[in-house]
Amino acid sequence: MSLETPLHRVQGLGSAHSGVGHFWRERVTAAALIPLSGWLVVSVALLAGKTEAEVAGFFQHPWNALLMGLFVIVSCVHMMLGVQVVIDDYVHHSGQRILLLLLNRAFTWIVGGLSLVALLRLAVV
Amino acid sequence: MADNPQSPPVRERPLSPHLSVYKWPITMATSITHRATGIALSLGMIVVAWALIALASGPEMYQPFTAAIANPIGLIVLFGFLWSLVFHFLNGIRHLAWDLGYGFAVPTANRSGVLVIALSVLISAGLFAYGWWAVHGGLRA
Repeated sequence: MSLETPLHRVQGLGSAHSGVGHFWRERVTAAALIPLSGWLVVSVALLAGKTEAEVAGFFQHPWNALLMGLFVIVSCVHMMLGVQVVIDDYVHHSGQRILLLLLNRAFTWIVGGLSLVALLRLAVV
Repeated sequence: MADNPQSPPVRERPLSPHLSVYKWPITMATSITHRATGIALSLGMIVVAWALIALASGPEMYQPFTAAIANPIGLIVLFGFLWSLVFHFLNGIRHLAWDLGYGFAVPTANRSGVLVIALSVLISAGLFAYGWWAVHGGLRA
C-alpha cells in the first residue's frame, strides 16, 4: 500500500519536490547567453575609449537597451541557478547551506534590480 | 539524512568533491575552473551594476567609475572578468555539446579542454589589447 496521494504520484517528483526544472533552466539560459554575452563583450570592447555621452548614447538606443536588459535578466537567472549548485555541492552543514542559498537569492535580486533600475533610468526616462 | 537516529553509527568519511586528493586531469581542471569563473562572474555583476548606475547618474558619477577601472588593480579585475567570461562562454558551449551527447570520448574531451583554455587566453588577450589600444591613443590620436 502506498501512502502517496494520487496527485503526488502522478506528479512523479518524489521527496525532492521538484524535477529537472533547475537543470533545464540552467541550460536554456546558457544557450540564450551565447548571443547575449557575445554581443555585450564585442560592444564594450568597441566602446573602449569613447566619451561618457557616446557610451550613454549607445545604451540609450532601444535595441541596445533591450539586449542589455535581456543580458542582465538572463545572467541573473543563470548565475543564481549555477551558484546554487556550487553551494549544494560544497556546503555540507545544512544551516550554513540554507543561509548561503538565501544570500545567493538576495544577491541576485539586489544586483539585478539595481542594474535594471539604472538601465531604465538611462534608456527610458 | 545522515542524522536519522535509527541508522547504525557511520564512520566519518571524506565528502566529495576531493579537490586535494586526486591528480588534476585536464577535464577536472576545466570543470573546476568553470565553477570558479562562474562565481567570479557572479561577483563581477556588481561591476556591471556599478557601470549602469554610473552611466545613469551622469558624467560626475561616470568619471570615478572609469578612473577605478583604469588604475592597475581595476585593470587586473577587468582582465580577470573578461578572461572569466570568455572561458565560461567557451567551456559552457563544451558543456552544452556534452549535454547533447557529443564529445564524450576521453581523447576528444581532453583536446576540447586544451582548445578552450588556449582560445580563452587568445580571445581575451586580443579583446583587452584592442581596448587598451582604443583608449591609449589609437582612435583619438
